Formats: sequence, C-alpha cells, structure tokens
Amino acid sequence: MSVRLWPAGRLGRRSEAVLWLVLRRLAMAVPVLLLVSFGVFLLAAASPFDPIHQYYGVQIFNASSADVARVRAELGLDRPVLLRFWDWSSGLVTGDLGVSRSMRRPVAEVLAERLPWTLLLAASGLGFAVVLSLVTGTVAAWRQGGWFDRTITALGHALEGIPPFVLALLAIALFSLGLGWLPVAGLTDAGSRLGAGQVIEHLLLPAVVLGVSQAPWLVLHVRQSLLAALTEDHVTGARARGLRERVVVLRHALPTALLPFVAVLGARVPELVTGAVLVEEVFSWPGVASAVVTAAQAADYPLLAVLTLLATAAVLLGSLLADVAAVLLDPRVSADG
Amino acid sequence: MLLADGYEPSSLNPLLGYARFGAAKFYDGLLAFDGNGELHPALAVEQPAPDEEARTWTVRLRRGVTFHDGAPFDAHDVVATYRAAVDPTYASTISSDLSMLDEVEAVDDRTVRFRLNIPYAAWPARMVMGILPKSALSDPVPQDRSPINTEPVGTGPYRLTEWRQGERMIWKANENYWGDAPAVEKITVVFATDDNTRAQRVQAGEFDGTVLPPRLAERVGTGPYRTIHHDTADYRAISLPNDQPVTGDPAVRKALNLAVNRSGMVESLLGGRGTPASTPIPESMGRYHEPAARFDFDQQRARRILDEAGWITGADGVRRKDGTEARFTVMYFADDTLRKQFAQAFSSDASKVGLRVELAGVQRSEAAERIGTDAIVLGGGSPLDPDIQMYPGLHSSMIGTGTYKNPAKYRNSRVDSALDAGRRTVETAERARHYKEAQRAYVADPGLVYLAFIQHSYVVRDGVWNGYESVIEPHTHGTTWGPWWNVEDWTPAK
Repeated sequence: MSVRLWPAGRLGRRSEAVLWLVLRRLAMAVPVLLLVSFGVFLLAAASPFDPIHQYYGVQIFNASSADVARVRAELGLDRPVLLRFWDWSSGLVTGDLGVSRSMRRPVAEVLAERLPWTLLLAASGLGFAVVLSLVTGTVAAWRQGGWFDRTITALGHALEGIPPFVLALLAIALFSLGLGWLPVAGLTDAGSRLGAGQVIEHLLLPAVVLGVSQAPWLVLHVRQSLLAALTEDHVTGARARGLRERVVVLRHALPTALLPFVAVLGARVPELVTGAVLVEEVFSWPGVASAVVTAAQAADYPLLAVLTLLATAAVLLGSLLADVAAVLLDPRVSADG
Repeated sequence: MLLADGYEPSSLNPLLGYARFGAAKFYDGLLAFDGNGELHPALAVEQPAPDEEARTWTVRLRRGVTFHDGAPFDAHDVVATYRAAVDPTYASTISSDLSMLDEVEAVDDRTVRFRLNIPYAAWPARMVMGILPKSALSDPVPQDRSPINTEPVGTGPYRLTEWRQGERMIWKANENYWGDAPAVEKITVVFATDDNTRAQRVQAGEFDGTVLPPRLAERVGTGPYRTIHHDTADYRAISLPNDQPVTGDPAVRKALNLAVNRSGMVESLLGGRGTPASTPIPESMGRYHEPAARFDFDQQRARRILDEAGWITGADGVRRKDGTEARFTVMYFADDTLRKQFAQAFSSDASKVGLRVELAGVQRSEAAERIGTDAIVLGGGSPLDPDIQMYPGLHSSMIGTGTYKNPAKYRNSRVDSALDAGRRTVETAERARHYKEAQRAYVADPGLVYLAFIQHSYVVRDGVWNGYESVIEPHTHGTTWGPWWNVEDWTPAK
C-alpha cells in the first residue's frame, strides 16, 4: 500500500537527520561492543570451567601434569586475561577470529557453517510472528470485545509468561510424538541428503515455535495501536465519507498503527536472540545459537566472544532500524534522540 | 547402514585422542586389535621386533598403501606422526601415553625404529594409534587448528565424506584400501545424545543399530533387532586418598573392600551386565587375570577388622578412633548417572559397617582440585595391555605426576616391583606371572575399592549382515567400537 505521510519538501532534512542518527549510533557501537566482549573474557576467566579440560577431554585422565602444563603454555591459556583479550581483539582487526576450542576449528569456519541456519530460523520465526500478529491483532481490534478478541487477548497474556523451550517441548510432544506430523529434531532425516524439501519440513516446527513465542507482545501491540488509530480524526473522517469498513481499517487505520509496530519489532531483537538459543538447543538445530551453550561450558573464549558480539550487534542494529523507521515514517518523531 | 551414536567426537585427529585405543575407521595403526586381547600387524607387515631389553623396537612396514588423498604411505609418515605426538608445539593431548618414547627414526622407507627411555614391554599397545600423512603435520601448530580435526586423512577402510557437526557423519568405503575394500559401502552415523530418544527412534525402525544402557538395550533389542553385550576392561572404582586419617588407615581400606556388595551392584545397577571387580585386571584379559586376587563380600569380617583396629561404634552408629569420626566424602561427576549410582551404593554398604560416606556431585574442574583429599568414583580402562591397566593407577612413581595418575597416592613396594618387572619382560608367560603377583600383592593391601567392570550394550538389526565378531572393549565405546569394530569385514547376508 502506498501512503504518503509527509510533504515531499521535507524529505531532504529528514534523511540528513537519519544519516546523523546512524553515524552517531555506529560511533557508539564500537565502545559498546568492545566493552561487552571484554566482559565475556572477564566472566569466562572467573568461571569454574577450566578450558584445558575441554581441550583434553577424557585424555586428561591419562595426561601427566608436566604435559598438561606444556600444552597450557602452548595454547596461551596461562597468559593473563588482559593479554588474551588484547591478542583476540587485535586478531579481530586483522580478520583473524581465532580458533574455537570446543569445535576444534577456526571460528570463521564455525560461523560460516552455522550462521546461515540461524539466520534462516530467526528470519522464518520473525516473519511468521509478524504475519501472525498483524492478522490476529487486526482482526481482534476490528471485532473488539468479540469472542476472537477475548480469546486472543487471554492467550497473548498467557503466552507472555511461557518460555520458548517449554513451548518447544510441548510442540514436540504434540506434533512429533503425538500426531507424528513433523520430525522431532535435526536439519534433515537421519539418512537423507540436504535438500530444500527436507529442510523446510524440519524448519517448520522450530520456526513456528520461535514465531509463536515472540508473537504475544506483537499481537497485543498491534491490537492496542489499531484501537487507538480507529478513534483518530482521519479515520473518523473516512468513516464519515461513507467508505467501506474494510477500507477504513486496512487503508486508513492500519498504516498509522504500523509506525509504532516497527519500533516494537526492533526492540524485540534481544528476546529473539535468546529465543533462538533455546529453540536451537531443543530441536538440535545446527545453528550458531546452540553453539553458545557449548562454548560457554568449555570456556571457549574466542567463539563465545564472537557470538556475544554478534548478538550484541543484532540488538544494536534492531534498535537502530526501529528508530530510523520511526524517524522516516513519523514527522512527529525527532531524530535528535 | 544407519547408526545412531550418543556421543559425538569433537575432533577426528589421532593427536587429539581420536581412537587412541584403535578401531579408528579413517586410520590404521601399525598394529590393530583382533578382538581378543591380541595385537596383529596392520600397517606393520609383521609383529614388531624388540631388542632384549624392550628398549628398541623395529617395525617393518606394509608396501602399496596409500592415504585417502592419494599420497603413498611410508616410514616418514610414521616418524612424523609419533614425533608430532610428543612435540609440545603440536599440543597433542596423548603425549603422556608416549612419555617413554625417546626417538623415532626411519631406518629406510619401509622400516621404523623406536628408541625408548625405559624398557617397556607394553610398547606394542602404543602402536594402535592412527598414522597421519606427514604432509598434514608439516606446520607445527597446536592441533586445535589442524584441518585433520574435521577432514581426516588416513589409510583406513573408510573415508569421511560429510560431517554436519551436531548432527551426523557419513563414511564411505575406501575403494583403494590395502585390505579388501569394505562391502558395507556407506555408513551414516547420526548423533543423538539422549538415550531414550535413541531407543525410541530405533524402535521406530529408523536405525540399524545404536549404543544404549544395558536395560534399555534389552527392552529395545527384540523383533528385527538383537541385543549385544560386550565384555570390557572398563572399571568403576572408588579411590581412597592415602594420606587422610580415615581413608588412609589400612584397616578401613580392607574393611571397605569386604563391605561392598559387588555382585549386588552388578545386578541392581547394571542389570547383571557386568562383572564384580577386585583389581583392575578383568577376567576377560585372560592370562593376565589372577582369579585368587579377590575380595569376598563379608560385612561381619569388615566389622571385626574395624573393631580390632580401634574404630569403636558411637551412639549414632558411626565409628570413632582417637576423636576422629569415620567419615569421608566420595565425589562423582554430576553429569554421569551410573557413577552417581555406584557412589550411592558404596555409601550405603559402607554405612552398614559403621563408616559414614557423604556424596558430592562435582564438575570435572572441581574434582581435579579436590582429588588428593577426597575419594572419587573413577572410571576407565583398556584391555590392550595389563601395564596400561595397572601402572598409572597403582605404581608409586606416578604419585603427583598428574591429576588422575595414581590419584589415591597408593604405595606398595611389592606391587611396584611386580609392575616394574612386567614392564621389563617381553616374554608373555613370564609377564603374566608378574601381573598376577601384582594383583595378589594389591589385594593383600588394597588402596582403592574396585567395584565392577561394566559391559557395553548395543542394539543391532538382525539378519542383514554377516561378519559380527565379539570384542573386549576399552572405556571408549560407541559406533566405532561395539559390534561395528570390524564393520569393514562385514558382508550382506544374501
């Protein structure tokens, strides 16, 4: 739908303001990211997990202390945490992400293999959440007070309190074990090749779980802002002109309600990230999020720090996009925030 | 063939411990296991020849062998692999296994000579390690950076064609294998950590076999499947710190060994799938096992021994001696259910003779810090050689050399000298005498409580392939071992 929200002449000043907003945020992101990754190193250093145990695995039972000490030195694990952080961050600048101890391969390789699966899952989940919340939120607001509205509102509030992994386990119990409609876990069936059909079949359940777990806030938000929009002057005016109800809701009220929706979507990114970690873990989805758990237990600094950086960057980017959208779309929002 | 494994290796690099005890599908060692406690030539063309002192071992190598990448195999590959294993810059995790290796050299392209810094008759057991091509080792870096970790290159009967980490692996038969190319051409191994999930998926007919805890295996292994149990050298034991006032008292140690109901534990914890253990050498290790070295289950005698040693029962049922309460802590790895159950059974038996045992589930790092002062449930073992099974755990020279090297700080000069003699002797019958003597000396003055050797249980689809042979397994198990330890020799049934 094409909706003109501001006079053409003001576009230049607005885009300039957006540019400054983006630049300011990017400049701020650098110290934030540095601080967060340093925090990871400090936390990992303070954790009770000793990385040398992960490196050795069960071989630690047969290893002599002298050999363990030599390997510890060879891997640089005996260096102070500040130095290790320096090594890691200077490597980062030159494009060397280091070696993951728990996966026993370069971090860059781990990311290249796993990140696409996470992006696929997160995008499908978010896409599903958006469609679901727009449709149900709109219908609920339109028929405010009806049975559908009451059900959706109650369900939304209930779902807010249920963590994604509980939802995941319930979904497996119902759709995989109970009804046998969908596979339990993994990327493909045990013996099958990697193909689109297989992946879609296996993606369905985790993506829907992730989407549903994110939806309640969005649904309730769409409903609320649509209800507010329906009382605004231009909507009342449209109704007064005798336009059909469908046109009034979809063409006049919904666009106004969509503005804050974009901002809420951006602000949901942190929950999307944690949701993805839990959902990937339950469904043995071979993405980057489930590697977080492994990396944390192994005190695998290089992988853990990069994954944390990625998550932080996603959160910063989400809130930036939300703000940019708000500035671009709504003339009342100031970019000087 | 479609198999499910409960454990996924983090690396397929022999230098990081992959297939340390052989049965590596992608690699061959100089020697290979025959399933029955003997080693036979693999990349070696004949049994290795020791000098009289067992300090120098000369091995002649097979001709016409190529690696998966097409490179020919020769003595320099063997030299490169063993040197990298002990060179600190490669940060190999198995270097301690090879601490006796002084130098390895290529006499010519077909002959390798190992020089050891001590006489070591068990050296052939160190020759099952997979051999890497020298090209993979030209860069001396810590092995967590090695591409071999995820793309193994060996001479073995199978090549790895796909590994989606966290999910599955595909092995394809190596059509250029120096032995006969395997008839089972493709094996897919799916990783599924949860025992119950694996059992369900087998029941649904999804897999041709998997590894399961004994009782679950017996429930699932019916109809088109059959259950297989393998004897092992995989023991569970309680180490008793030697320098603690309670666990260091010989009377307490003896009493504990008499007080535990080993057969009861085998029945109740393992569903009968195991054998009671008094020493680290199981009956399945044949000629090295000493049947006379065993403890009876006799709680009456245990109480008498404690009474005589001055441990007097107090009002609360716990014994005391000179103000010391007969109380100590047994640690177990919190994530290992079986070890937890052994710890609980041990504690319950000990309480029946007036000894109070507290339990503590711990993380591995924490266990390493406390192991000198608290007792712990140990597990491990390899049937390849009695030296591997006894020396690191019981010889006094091992005290203080590593966290799990003689963790109980056990000292017994008769055990020491028998173990030393076993190392120095090449002749098998004579070696057996020394290890039997070591077991008798240990039982006379125990320092741990060996509880049981656990069997490993598997479920395998019946009637589809021929070629299954039983095997005595080390601590390691899963789909590389189990019924499939010789899968390269299997053939379709029709």
